Amino acid sequence: MNELQELSVAVEKGNRKEAARLTQVLLDAGVPPMEIVETGLVPAMSVVGEKFKNNQVFVPEMLIAARAMKEAMGIIQPLLTAAGIKPKYTAIIGTVQGDLHDIGKNLVAMMLKGANFNVIDVGTNVPPEKFIAAVKEHNAQLVGLSALLTTTMPAMKTTVDAMRAAGLSTVRIMIGGAPITQQFANEIGADGYSPDAASAVDLATKLVAA
Amino acid sequence: MPKFSSLAISNPADLRFGVAPKPLHTRRGMTIGGGIVYPELNFTLPPMFVNETTMTEVKRQYQEIIDGALHRAVELEAPGLVIEFETLPPMTENPSWGIDIAKILLDAMEKAHTQHGLKSVLRMTPNDTREMDRPPVMRSGLLWERMLETFEGSAAAGAELLSIESVGGKEVHDDALMTGDISSVIFSQCVMGVRDMRFLWTALDKIAKQYGVHCAGDTACGFGNTAMVLAEQRMIPRVFAAVVRAISAVRTLVGYECGCVGPGKDCGYENVILKAITGFPMAMEGKTSACAHLSPLGNIAAATCDTWSNESVQNIKLLGGMAPTVYVEQLIYDCRLMNQALADGRDASLMYQKWMVNSDAALDPQAYVLSPASAITLAQAIVNAPDYYSAGKNVALAAIKLLSEGYKNGQVKISELELPWLDNMRETIEELPAAEGVFIDQMMAIVETDKFVPKDYDL
Repeated sequence: MNELQELSVAVEKGNRKEAARLTQVLLDAGVPPMEIVETGLVPAMSVVGEKFKNNQVFVPEMLIAARAMKEAMGIIQPLLTAAGIKPKYTAIIGTVQGDLHDIGKNLVAMMLKGANFNVIDVGTNVPPEKFIAAVKEHNAQLVGLSALLTTTMPAMKTTVDAMRAAGLSTVRIMIGGAPITQQFANEIGADGYSPDAASAVDLATKLVAA
Repeated sequence: MPKFSSLAISNPADLRFGVAPKPLHTRRGMTIGGGIVYPELNFTLPPMFVNETTMTEVKRQYQEIIDGALHRAVELEAPGLVIEFETLPPMTENPSWGIDIAKILLDAMEKAHTQHGLKSVLRMTPNDTREMDRPPVMRSGLLWERMLETFEGSAAAGAELLSIESVGGKEVHDDALMTGDISSVIFSQCVMGVRDMRFLWTALDKIAKQYGVHCAGDTACGFGNTAMVLAEQRMIPRVFAAVVRAISAVRTLVGYECGCVGPGKDCGYENVILKAITGFPMAMEGKTSACAHLSPLGNIAAATCDTWSNESVQNIKLLGGMAPTVYVEQLIYDCRLMNQALADGRDASLMYQKWMVNSDAALDPQAYVLSPASAITLAQAIVNAPDYYSAGKNVALAAIKLLSEGYKNGQVKISELELPWLDNMRETIEELPAAEGVFIDQMMAIVETDKFVPKDYDL
């Protein structure tokens, strides 16, 4: 097994120290930082994501893996920044106005980070104008809206409408939450609906690549 | 210091539906826990904004809900009905809205009583809007004042039962669930949560006494039920959620130490443990709350209920009628069965209870720890403890022991993937310090202290 593969395994197992050590070893050996990310770290999180989808691991184990990746990224990120290399895609994620639920949103944010999205989490109870401001500030390609209450679902439509009225027609909008359906997504003009955090990454990847 | 040092019910055969050592009497002559199980209907709006512009329609919706439900209850000759009005956040942030809607419900209930003799009682459950701020400000401020105003206005209008799903401690609990960290669960509920419960319910008890109504009870909904739903979605292990549920009883108990007399609120699946400790009647929900969330506790939850609830259903049209009306029918029929069993005598009701328990208990660790026998074991672990922190550790270890032994004896299914979690949790808890002060110091160095206001928790 080469060191890139060992790094993947360390991340999958959530071994932060080993992930950090191997990252440094690879950098010292001249492996480009982005190659470490794309070949070592992202595939590891993809494996963990698949295991989660297949009910082979739980969220805590996934979080442990994510922390190991974060440890590695802590070493790599300054090098990427210095070289002007950014993640290809930026996602803004938040829970809509009037709603405070955030567990699902936090999970999706974590999984998007694992897929090397630059994720800006704008929190909960977020008015449309805050989503719009975040999209413009960070040049985001994707927005994820979360709602858990039937009475805050209308705020998703308000947010979608506001974003389109603000001229953000190319930004992809995906929605999710317990009362949400694909039909609702279609009705409000969202680009996609994800029934759970596990499939959110697949959807996000598909939407930004389209 | 904890107030309950012994159990009100120590025999599992005495921990059953419809009967509580300390029943509650309502103004219209219902005796909750006095030998009859009452349906308890809970409802909410369909997807719509709640604001000044929509308030006319909002009120129309609630009028429609209550008229339909009461009409059906009369038609089905319900022995009585508990109506729970769980507000939506704008109705607590604007107290007059919540109070006006409570009055709509109360007026309809009075009419149904006058015209048809239907006994009913209103449970008022405002939102804990303190969590609208980040970090939440728990002991002062406009949100706190408006919450109290909603309680006060509703009590003055005639809502006899005051409840809430309080959130004290939740600032760190969601992370505790996501990371599978049982120490943080204990810190959240048995250090932070118990302190906020005491503060909150002391204030609510003053309101209840002022207006001659009752503090009914609180639940660890945002703790135990969040864990249950996450487990149902396979995000966290069911054994972990089961232990979280056991711990949540420590937090919920504080309400009863501060004046709550039941019926405990419906979404407190831990209520079976509280009933064993306090002897107060309890609302429960199970299969009929599938309209709001799924659970592995559909039948067993009824085993010790004194009111039987549906959690919350939107006012939407189903083929049979408007959903709240449909659900009140389902609840009434469920209660008829339980009341028939009660009427046929102790043995009959125990047999029916046995079916409720045995149909669920072996299939999920969360159900296994909530059987009457398990609940009494857990209740004893709580009352034997000298303080809340010790109670949290004790009850967690007791739950783990129940599950480990139950699994070994083939009495409960636990997946291979989850089994290591039992040992992991036990080892973690056994390594926790004996003294609460030391535990607090340790945890304050670990949890994200910028997510809460420590002084609001006396920390």
